[in-house]
Amino acid sequence: MSTIRYEKDSAGVAQVIFDRTDGNANIMDQRFIDEFSALAAKLAEEKITGVIYRSAKKMFFAGGDLNMFAKAQPEDAAELFAMSEKMKAAMRGIETLGVPVVAAINGAAMGGGFELCLASHYRVALRRGVTVGLPEVTLGLLPGGGGVTRLVRMLGLQAAMPYLTQGTALSAEKAHAASLIDELVDDSEALLAAAQAWITANPAGSDAVTQPWDRKGYRMPGGAVSSPALAGMIAMAPSVMRKQTRGRLPAPEAILSAMVEGAQVDFDTASRIESRYLTELATGRVSKNLINTFWTQMNEVKAGVGRPADIAPRQFKRVAILGAGMMGAGIAWSCASRGIACVLKDVSLEAAEKGKAYSAALLDKQIARGRADEAKKAALLALIATTDDYADLADCDLVIEAVFESRELKAQVTADTEAVLPAGAVFASNTSTLPITGLAQASARPAQFIGLHFFSPVDKMPLVEIIVGEQTSAQTLAEAYDFVQQIGKTPIVVNDSRGFFTSRVFGTFTAEGMAMVEEGIAAASIENGAYLAGFPVGPLAVSDEVTLTLQDKVRQQTVADLTAAGQPLPELVGAAVLDKLLAAGRAGKSTGGAFYNYPEGGKKRLWPGLAELFPVASEPASIDDIQDRLLYIQAIETLRCREEGVLTTTRDANVGSIMGIGYPAWTGGVLQFVNYTGSAAFVARADQLAALYGPRFSVPDSLRALAATNARLED
Amino acid sequence: MAENAYIFDAIRTPRGRGKANGSLHEVKPVTLLSDLLVALQQRNGFDTAAVDDIVMGCVTPVGDQGADIAKTAALAAGWSDDVAGVQINRFCASGLEAVNMAAMKVRSGWEQLVVAGGVECMSRVPMASDGGAWSQDPETNFTTGFMPQGIGADLIATLDGYSRTDVDAFAAHSHQKAAAAWQRGAYANSVVPVVDRNGVPILDHDEFIRPDSSVESLSGLKPSFKALGDMGFDNVARDKYHWIETIDHVHTPGNSSGIVDGAAAVLIGSHAAAEQFGLQPRGKIVATALVGTDPTIMLTGPAPAARKALALAGLGVDDIDLFEVNEAFASVVMRFQRELGVDWEKINVNGGSIAMGHPLGATGAVIIATLLNELEARGLRRGMATLCVGGGIGIATIIERV
Repeated sequence: MSTIRYEKDSAGVAQVIFDRTDGNANIMDQRFIDEFSALAAKLAEEKITGVIYRSAKKMFFAGGDLNMFAKAQPEDAAELFAMSEKMKAAMRGIETLGVPVVAAINGAAMGGGFELCLASHYRVALRRGVTVGLPEVTLGLLPGGGGVTRLVRMLGLQAAMPYLTQGTALSAEKAHAASLIDELVDDSEALLAAAQAWITANPAGSDAVTQPWDRKGYRMPGGAVSSPALAGMIAMAPSVMRKQTRGRLPAPEAILSAMVEGAQVDFDTASRIESRYLTELATGRVSKNLINTFWTQMNEVKAGVGRPADIAPRQFKRVAILGAGMMGAGIAWSCASRGIACVLKDVSLEAAEKGKAYSAALLDKQIARGRADEAKKAALLALIATTDDYADLADCDLVIEAVFESRELKAQVTADTEAVLPAGAVFASNTSTLPITGLAQASARPAQFIGLHFFSPVDKMPLVEIIVGEQTSAQTLAEAYDFVQQIGKTPIVVNDSRGFFTSRVFGTFTAEGMAMVEEGIAAASIENGAYLAGFPVGPLAVSDEVTLTLQDKVRQQTVADLTAAGQPLPELVGAAVLDKLLAAGRAGKSTGGAFYNYPEGGKKRLWPGLAELFPVASEPASIDDIQDRLLYIQAIETLRCREEGVLTTTRDANVGSIMGIGYPAWTGGVLQFVNYTGSAAFVARADQLAALYGPRFSVPDSLRALAATNARLED
Repeated sequence: MAENAYIFDAIRTPRGRGKANGSLHEVKPVTLLSDLLVALQQRNGFDTAAVDDIVMGCVTPVGDQGADIAKTAALAAGWSDDVAGVQINRFCASGLEAVNMAAMKVRSGWEQLVVAGGVECMSRVPMASDGGAWSQDPETNFTTGFMPQGIGADLIATLDGYSRTDVDAFAAHSHQKAAAAWQRGAYANSVVPVVDRNGVPILDHDEFIRPDSSVESLSGLKPSFKALGDMGFDNVARDKYHWIETIDHVHTPGNSSGIVDGAAAVLIGSHAAAEQFGLQPRGKIVATALVGTDPTIMLTGPAPAARKALALAGLGVDDIDLFEVNEAFASVVMRFQRELGVDWEKINVNGGSIAMGHPLGATGAVIIATLLNELEARGLRRGMATLCVGGGIGIATIIERV
């Protein structure tokens, strides 16, 4: 066998050691299933006194074979179902042999790996370095190795919910507290000894070697599905869940369905229901989106595929942050919370201190929630120095400029800072729209000049968009990439352009919302369309957040720059709405409201005056069109970025759109959405939208060429 | 030529508050129904062996109300073993559906004498305690967008612009009409008091009515469906009614139908049955109709059902003298009135379910009794009964005095 080693020890205990010979991690692929199945048959024949599941790898077991799931198509359903049933029959066979089965968990046990543990009678784990959980849902799948069936029977419907429908993973300590692990030990010797000891104490024939759900008189914890205590929760749960899934993510819904259906039938039937739902999800399209982006492409980001190779990694020790406003303050937090010293520089010490106070406030919140203490606060704040003097930046190896979006100001601080910087320091601008190549003109060493576009609020937003200017060197890019990873954020790499990738695409989202207002579509329909499509916030609400003033400024700057360069102006979508609202004194949330009113202590409500400025058509708009307009316009703008070379990979587009600008996760990102739809269908729909709503929906020629054969966008 | 389906009698129990402190809580559903069957036989003097079927509506047919309560009640009432019995469930339309089915049985010529009606002891068998896939099976719930009815009622109010004051005013008026109707004896003929095993009276009137209800007194009640809506159900309506920003939760226990215990029975038969037992036809069933409507808003069925029944009967809205539109929620009746343009003076003239309560399985038959008696009292000809129904169904029945 090449995935499992089997040894029978002197006490007659079957040691089942997961130890894949051709990989670092144990995974549940076809080969493993075949071998495990054969082993289960063998154990049923042999005289054994117990079974210990162990791992010879650092991780106990990584889980299912995502490459297989990524390929599975609807026509593979029967085969996939059979495979799933085969694995489960083997696990079930060993679970019901009548001998004690113990999982000795030495490292992370995820997905199928944790399901093996759940099929044991006793779970003992190392106190440190062990995480367990069923993260299948996060990739659009379902714990189909008995995870749904067993966890519901172990914990009850309600208690099992977070682990199954949200994929919440737990440390060994927490899993022990939640009764998912029975015993914790400190080292590997103790691990095996504890497993052996439990087998000795609970030999064949004792109660403990029959799972609770296989015992006579078993009752589901928390009550049966039919119990009045659960009836209300069950009726309510789908609509509560839909607030998250928006009906666009099938996995949580399938899991809830399998949980409730399985709870009403015997174990084996429940297990079969679970396999059928898994098969549906695995052969469906949304799991492909999620696996593509949240697994494959995110792993590439983590592995630095987009980082120039052959350049030594760099660790930054002291970071200068120019400007202690909201962005600068957030960046200081991001550095300090990862143990990196930084200097917050502003025009006055007072302003710099104000920026530092932001970190103090975040820490106070953590302390109030019991997640930090005064010692941690002191240590972290000690990493943030403040100054109004450039001389204090002399020993910094990275500068992040976060001053106002003004070319003159940025040029000035660039020159002033470079005057004191060491030669090897990297200079990064946190501009959200101004082209980096232009800003680099103020730099004496443009090869070391780069864009690091953080998102607001910096402490919560995981993405940093790295913008490579014309003269930015590969080394600077590589080091910037290292820095973003050093502060625990996710980097994407794009080439220089007005608005780069994220701001440019995001701008089409808010503009499309305004275009719809102008057409007489009810504001509620627009926001509900965004909700139903899966956007975290509607285009009008988010316009209020970023302010109409800012959108106006970006627009003015664009017009000015393009005019100066003698280039044609783009279609100014929704401009009338922007103008009329600003004229009416409706500039954004921070100044009292624009599309919405923000009553004190109440929920925001759409501003009634909007319907007076832009009367609503008597017939309700097509909600399908509203959703598609918001999804398509961003995908089309992204395709243009790709055509212009701003983006070089679908990975950067997909990861950036979800983590930076709220493109719905179910799509797998803004270019995966094109592949999900199919290039031919995408072009056909875009053409329809272009005919109905304007030429901004025309797709670039490169996609039209792909659509001729319905080919996928590939890197 | 089809047979006529005549109504010989239509009776009901008083309605008791559907709580443990309600007067009828101590009375078993089977007793409520069987005593009513006994009264029906005594009032009309037919041979129970001649009854072809007993069709009884019951919406939560489990526990006390389970296992075909129609046949069980017939046995308990001491009726002939020859009588069949069936319990049906069309949610809130069950009682009227029973009447309609009885009419169809008779009009087909295949049965001669049928008892229709319904029973619901909501104090004993709580609403929704029979489970069901719509709410209790997540997959079904997800794919069909299950929503509690009250949110549909609130959605109607939001769409039509009925304010909290509007619906409270409607509710207060229902109480006033019901109190006045009782005072002038409008219910004397149709209500059979409930007595105990010794003949001692337990309840002889609808105890849910509050004659002093006013917009002011009702205004203090909290919205019934806001919390459920906030938790998630309001979102279910977002795709179909996307132009609504938020649902205005105007319905409260005060302007929604009351939870009560009660039963009703209607004797329906052919000309031949009338001849055989010397029964006097008081009315006939002219047309019945069912429609399906959008299940999300759920409660807009009465108007299309009414139009369908009118078309079948070859009648116009103006040909109907009185309407009984079940007051499931105030907005349901207000929407019906607006859609059909019916004169308010013709609708629910003796109050409705907001004032007297809505014993789910029985109500449709209850309002047939109300309608028939009031047509007689006023010397009018035609009446229509209609109800909104769970799942997005509407039902309507036109009766005519003979």
